Amino acid sequence: MERRNGHDSPTMDVEILSRIQFAFTISFHYIYPPLSIGLGVIMVITEGLWLKTKNNIYHQMARFWTKIFALIFAIGVASGIVMEFEFGTNWATYSRFVGDVFGSALAAEGIFAFFLESGFLAILVFGWDKVKPGFHFFSTCMVCLGAHFSAVWIIVANSWMQTPAGYRIVGEGKTARAEITDFWAMVFNPSSMDRLFHTLVGCWQAGAWLVISLSAYYILKNRHLEFAKRSLQIALTVACITSLLQLYSGSRSADIVMKYQPAKLAAMEGVFKTKPYTPMYIFGWVDVEAEKVYGLYIPGGLSFLAHKNFETPVKGFDTISPEWGRPQLINAVFQVYHLMIAIGMGLIGLSFFTVFAWYKGWLFKWKWLQFILVLSVLGPQVANQAGWYTAEMGRQPWIVYGLMKTSEGLSKTVKAEAVLFSLIMFVLIYFLLFMVFLYLLNEKIQHGPDDKDLIPTGKLALPEKNK
Amino acid sequence: MTELGLDLNIVWFVLVGVLFTGYAILDGFDLGVGALHLFTKTDQERRITLNSIGPVWDGNEVWLVTGAGALFAAFPIVYATVFSGFYIVIKLLLFALIFRAVAIEFRSKQPMKWWREMWDIGFFLGSLLLGFLIGVTMGNLAYGVPIGADGEYAGDFLSMLHPYALMMGVTTVALFMMHGSIYLVMKTEGDLQKKIRGWVNRLIIIFIICYATTTMATLLYVPHMVDIFKHNPSLFIIAILNMLAIANIPREIHKGRDFFAFMSSCFSIAALMVIFGIGYFPHMVYSNPNPEYSLTIYNACSSQKTLGIMLLMAIIGLPVVIAYTVSVYYIFRGKVKLDQMSY
Repeated sequence: MERRNGHDSPTMDVEILSRIQFAFTISFHYIYPPLSIGLGVIMVITEGLWLKTKNNIYHQMARFWTKIFALIFAIGVASGIVMEFEFGTNWATYSRFVGDVFGSALAAEGIFAFFLESGFLAILVFGWDKVKPGFHFFSTCMVCLGAHFSAVWIIVANSWMQTPAGYRIVGEGKTARAEITDFWAMVFNPSSMDRLFHTLVGCWQAGAWLVISLSAYYILKNRHLEFAKRSLQIALTVACITSLLQLYSGSRSADIVMKYQPAKLAAMEGVFKTKPYTPMYIFGWVDVEAEKVYGLYIPGGLSFLAHKNFETPVKGFDTISPEWGRPQLINAVFQVYHLMIAIGMGLIGLSFFTVFAWYKGWLFKWKWLQFILVLSVLGPQVANQAGWYTAEMGRQPWIVYGLMKTSEGLSKTVKAEAVLFSLIMFVLIYFLLFMVFLYLLNEKIQHGPDDKDLIPTGKLALPEKNK
Repeated sequence: MTELGLDLNIVWFVLVGVLFTGYAILDGFDLGVGALHLFTKTDQERRITLNSIGPVWDGNEVWLVTGAGALFAAFPIVYATVFSGFYIVIKLLLFALIFRAVAIEFRSKQPMKWWREMWDIGFFLGSLLLGFLIGVTMGNLAYGVPIGADGEYAGDFLSMLHPYALMMGVTTVALFMMHGSIYLVMKTEGDLQKKIRGWVNRLIIIFIICYATTTMATLLYVPHMVDIFKHNPSLFIIAILNMLAIANIPREIHKGRDFFAFMSSCFSIAALMVIFGIGYFPHMVYSNPNPEYSLTIYNACSSQKTLGIMLLMAIIGLPVVIAYTVSVYYIFRGKVKLDQMSY
């Protein structure tokens, strides 16, 4: 990483360590929320189907996915509090600068999303026999809605860091800070809605492919076949729809990046020189020193994506005003971006091919396809992470685009040793946590859906008796 | 001042206080239950204590998350200074919070003795450490911390561990253990309840000793916390009400009216927070030495516009939040019964 002037090495260490710590803690956290958002949608569908059809297999499904959900949710909550505190502990100067704007989005998340989610989660997980089916379904919907609200406020906050709007800068130098001038302009900043949509679709994919993967596992092992087929049916439908939606929302997000963060787009595609028929790479390698990209490309592809014709050039670093700077890791941005695209395309292919194979009756014969489906859960997970790495590494060197550099946002009182200590602790604790998570997830999968859930008990049993 | 004649800074001082008070009352008994966890012996007993907070602990922690969010939004400079200045304490707090959450979730997932022992200890230590660290943080804020002319914390981690802060840490743990034991009495039955009922009086006595010592230390060494009470003797009524509430606990426990005992305990935590708030006002971080560098509700706040927007959110959000907090507690009222969804 290049060394900028005005920073002696201790500060530099704090910066690198703080960035690694934030990246590590948020990457770990981001394994879970997409799964709970996506699984939330699946749970609403299955429980809704149960209420509608009164077929108890859907009750069994709702119960099983709720157990998986509870496990994922617990780790999501535990690892999520970290970030809210980390802004203050490691990025104090940033927090002072943006608190007026960014803080209100976080507070809104607490008030409008977390309380909703955690309150109804109690009923969702522990209240099966305590409340009537309709109210339980309502709770499931509220938990799902709460998870979505949470995404809304976080994406609003993050998008404001990408494309700030609705604010003014008050004061100068060290005391300068951003203040809200127009709340709704802040919320609906240029990138927030497109990025929200892109993120949510990614979450729905994560949930759908988790269900596909587990169902395929049961089919492969020849267990719980009825359960697995019905789950697969629901999840595959969601997967087909979302994979296409993602294609659409991805192109919209790219448009926004081109318009507001041209330096990020230039890094994503490795565009150094502005010239007509700007190529779009399928894959490649960026030699940043030589300002060249080696790889397979579609001539004029990026021009077409950006301007709907093959000729109009897309801005390269040579024509982007140098004050915007360049991301430090251009090749990394390029790679994670292309990884995301490749997985997105792969998921479109896989979802529709699986539907076709099912229709043809091949799905239950072809072990290799079932095996690929078992592994498919990793697809959206990796793509979601890669997408965020693109967004965040591509935003560099800015912490708030055009307003504050990442190196300026650090806590002044925190020493490198302290950050190193907390980083090591996070790595240890999260490693342990992840192992235990996988172990327990496997336990639940091996245990499988409970056959006694085929007969609802407590207040849930009432509608059956009334019949 | 707004059109309504409200001083938004004071409103937000109160609202942040309300959120942290909500946290202290609700997660207070959670942490207390955790700190008492190893004193119950059999697996059945431990499962019952764990499940007494099972459906609610998660929601209780949201009060902390929202409180921190509100602090960030309304007083970003306080949030930044305290969280970066108290770096190690905040990180330890996070580790305890994570470990504890995970211990609750994982303990009963496997039947092996070593597995359950391991998470029992995690749950116990996490709860104990959390209560203690919250107390140490409060103690440091009350006592005052060195703040530089630039508004940054000028001390280090070790300087935070002075006797007053440690005493406050111990007092907080004692308070939570008392509160947690009363909650457990309310949620249990039979022999276990009988056993815990026996603990309550002892825990009250321990708390009162701690509380009296801390109060004396405050009177002697932290005069700025008591100034306002000296000048406005009528405020002393809160302290009296607090003592009455605490004295009422053994009375209600003796009469078997456990719910009222618990309400008394909740009231006394709220009263303690009110006393803290009144004594501390208008400071958010008291600077000691150099009180002129203190962060107050006026020099460390967000813009009036943001405070106004946030107030609107609070007015819409808080009643809803209280409504479903109450309904969740209502749905899960009564004694703990273990079933297939239990921890």
